[in-house]
Amino acid sequence: MTKFTKISVAALLSSTMITSAAFAAPNVPEGTELADDQTFTYRVLDEHSSVDPQVVEDVTGSEIVRDLFEGLMNQDADGNLIPGVATGYEASEDKQTYTFTLREDAKWSNGDPVTANDFVYAWKRAVDPALASPYQWFMELMSIENAAAIIAGEMEPSELGVTAVDDYTFEVKLSAPLPYFPQMTTHATTFPAPQAVIEEHGDDWTKPENIVSNGAYVLTEHLPNERSTRERNEMYWDNENTIIEKTVALVINDENVALTRYLAGELDRTEIPAGQYPQLSEEYPDQATSFPRLCNYYYTFNVSDSGPEAFKDVNVRKALAMAVDRDIIVEKVMQGGQPPAYTFTPAAVAGFEPPALEWAGMDQAERDQMAKDLLAEAGYGPDNPLEFEMVYNTSDDHEKVAVALSQMWKSKLGVQATLANMEWKVFLEERGNQNFEMARGAWCGDYNEASTFLDLLDSDSGYNDGKYSNARVDELLAEAKTSDDTSPLYTEVEEILNEEMPVIPVYHYAGVYMLDTDLGGWPVDNVEQNWYSKDLYKIAE
Amino acid sequence: MLVYIAKRILIAIPTILILIVASFFLIHFAPGGPFTSERPLPPAVLANIEARYGLDQPLWKQLWDYLVNIVLHFDFGPSFKFKDRDVNDIIAQGFPISLTYGSLAFLAATIVGVSLGVWAAIKHNTWIDYFAVTLGIAAQALPNFIMGPILILTFTLWLGLLPGGGWNGGQWEYLIMPVIALSTSYMGNIARLTRSSMLEVMNSNFIRTARAKGLPTRTVIWRHAMKPTLLPVVSYLGPVFVYVLTGSVFVDLYFSTGGLGQAYVGSALTRDYAVLLGVTILYGGLTVLVNLLTDLAYAWFDPKIRY
Repeated sequence: MTKFTKISVAALLSSTMITSAAFAAPNVPEGTELADDQTFTYRVLDEHSSVDPQVVEDVTGSEIVRDLFEGLMNQDADGNLIPGVATGYEASEDKQTYTFTLREDAKWSNGDPVTANDFVYAWKRAVDPALASPYQWFMELMSIENAAAIIAGEMEPSELGVTAVDDYTFEVKLSAPLPYFPQMTTHATTFPAPQAVIEEHGDDWTKPENIVSNGAYVLTEHLPNERSTRERNEMYWDNENTIIEKTVALVINDENVALTRYLAGELDRTEIPAGQYPQLSEEYPDQATSFPRLCNYYYTFNVSDSGPEAFKDVNVRKALAMAVDRDIIVEKVMQGGQPPAYTFTPAAVAGFEPPALEWAGMDQAERDQMAKDLLAEAGYGPDNPLEFEMVYNTSDDHEKVAVALSQMWKSKLGVQATLANMEWKVFLEERGNQNFEMARGAWCGDYNEASTFLDLLDSDSGYNDGKYSNARVDELLAEAKTSDDTSPLYTEVEEILNEEMPVIPVYHYAGVYMLDTDLGGWPVDNVEQNWYSKDLYKIAE
Repeated sequence: MLVYIAKRILIAIPTILILIVASFFLIHFAPGGPFTSERPLPPAVLANIEARYGLDQPLWKQLWDYLVNIVLHFDFGPSFKFKDRDVNDIIAQGFPISLTYGSLAFLAATIVGVSLGVWAAIKHNTWIDYFAVTLGIAAQALPNFIMGPILILTFTLWLGLLPGGGWNGGQWEYLIMPVIALSTSYMGNIARLTRSSMLEVMNSNFIRTARAKGLPTRTVIWRHAMKPTLLPVVSYLGPVFVYVLTGSVFVDLYFSTGGLGQAYVGSALTRDYAVLLGVTILYGGLTVLVNLLTDLAYAWFDPKIRY
């Protein structure tokens, strides 16, 4: 346990910089005139599930929790790891013990110091079956010692592999080395929790009148289904570099109404409804923004016993994948700057090198010809047309994509695909029970690493609804869990997927937003879109 | 009368009980559950969550516990989706909002609708009549999910007069658009109903007698024609009152009012059993109550009706 990571050095550097230039926050370009009213207002689709860090499970809630609480590590505008409550960490030789050094000036909003015990309490709380957090599995995924057994009820939460060596030293023991363990400490589930407050108020501790938090903001108002407001936390250790005074999340279910309200000046940020990006980017070129996200969109074949015989033939799967003109899907259907997908993992994922795929480089006419040959080889043609049903969850956008796909297959290959849509929960149940032939799928990464996507295609994965199984893929994924150099492993997995085509990658998501010109500091390069209000600022107009 | 009311209330209890039991089973038999998600939870995690909410118990036991909690503690259970709040919180927060703009929309629809209908009937076959009828039909043809976006575009984006949504404790600027959006189609219906009813009443014998006595038109309308005209309208208003409260989901959706309609539909989609059941019971109880009030109102409007 001797080598300090680069991070702690960076932390030292940045903390000296802060003391010498306290007048301007480091992320505001010089010469920027800041607005008098530093309120950031944005639209959320739906009411958040919770602001309890160990309980929250949705994106909306996590965004709020990231402002209210601060974990060991944060992300910068590019998604790199930077110090949070921890100034740095060291890993033991066997990479199974991580020791985080906590800053001594971190405080809760009631003035109490943030100590290693707050993390110990929070992490034990997260795995406690009594709390029944929907994100318990995340702690298990982090490979923390005994997490799995505690969740299964075989051990006590107190036996979790975390210790407060002293007030400012937090030690974590892992059951196996995990190369991306530090990245996972930016996730809400791992944020500290104020034990005294939770014990005093019980389930009501997250109400604005009770909550105590350690992030740059405190929750001051929550009007369910209407809005929630968080305001500057004067006790936050880096309060002097926080510019935004108040962040307001407005719940607006309808994205077109949200856009209207944005255009009326009520919002600083909102999503652009599908299909409206080209027009808006022409009309408001400095506001309409599109950037890659860590999410994929695909169709999965059911290759299990309950799936159709045709899909067990790799030539059929390949033919269908080849015949999809992804440029039409992204340019004519989605129209939001989405990158077309030839691999399952988005190219934007850190440390992932997409393999050079022959067909990705071809033009569509060549792919179509290949698709026809492959399908003929599989024995399907005009006198024996391929027929199947494709299901998706009810949504206008998914329908448009499904219609486009089925048309492409029909016109190019004479394939008869029947469309069926299902309400979300029904869809999940049917897909999870392999009651489908071909189904839509999409996945957003939990962390910026290829395994968050590729694990879906592990034979034992609970998310592998198509029941694809390949021993070599499983082996590579297992190896990647502990390897120092994961890149070639993931590239090989993608090569195998390309040979066997268990899923048809269609496109990778893009974040398509209207961002007001007076909003500065939005991390467009953070592919996970882990943003913090403390890094934003409003420019004088 | 009192005996009648007591009887009706007694009948309401089994009605609501049947509603609870039927809804309970229907909700539980719908495919998927509250914790079905795109990322299926590992079995151990799912077991912990189900144990916490009692979902690991047999259905009859869950129903029994649910009923016992309502009767003994007036506790409608936790929300599976919104972990910071329980069903009582959700209803306590959303219902007053729905009730406020719902009642205002109801009043607006009734007052404007009835006035428009009466006016059209009195000025039968004049331009006023045609104008009122056209207005009524236009209003009826504009359901709230069309009115919502039109209003926001007009008053928020183009004119910049009103905030595009929110509730803000029910400040008047925030109330105008939801009330208009919710009331227009009912207003149109009420106007047409009132007009045709009034025309019929004005042609009846007792009105002719009143006129023959030499009573001024004003007195004939207010003293004699109004009550019988309103009788069919009242029978329509009862359900309308329930509709404006339960049908407010579009208003919640477009204007982010935070009312109960949104919570209701959301809970159905996320299989948030307790929220869905709680709101169903509330709406069910409300329907029973409003029906009773409507029946009692009949007696006042029509002397022939006695309980």
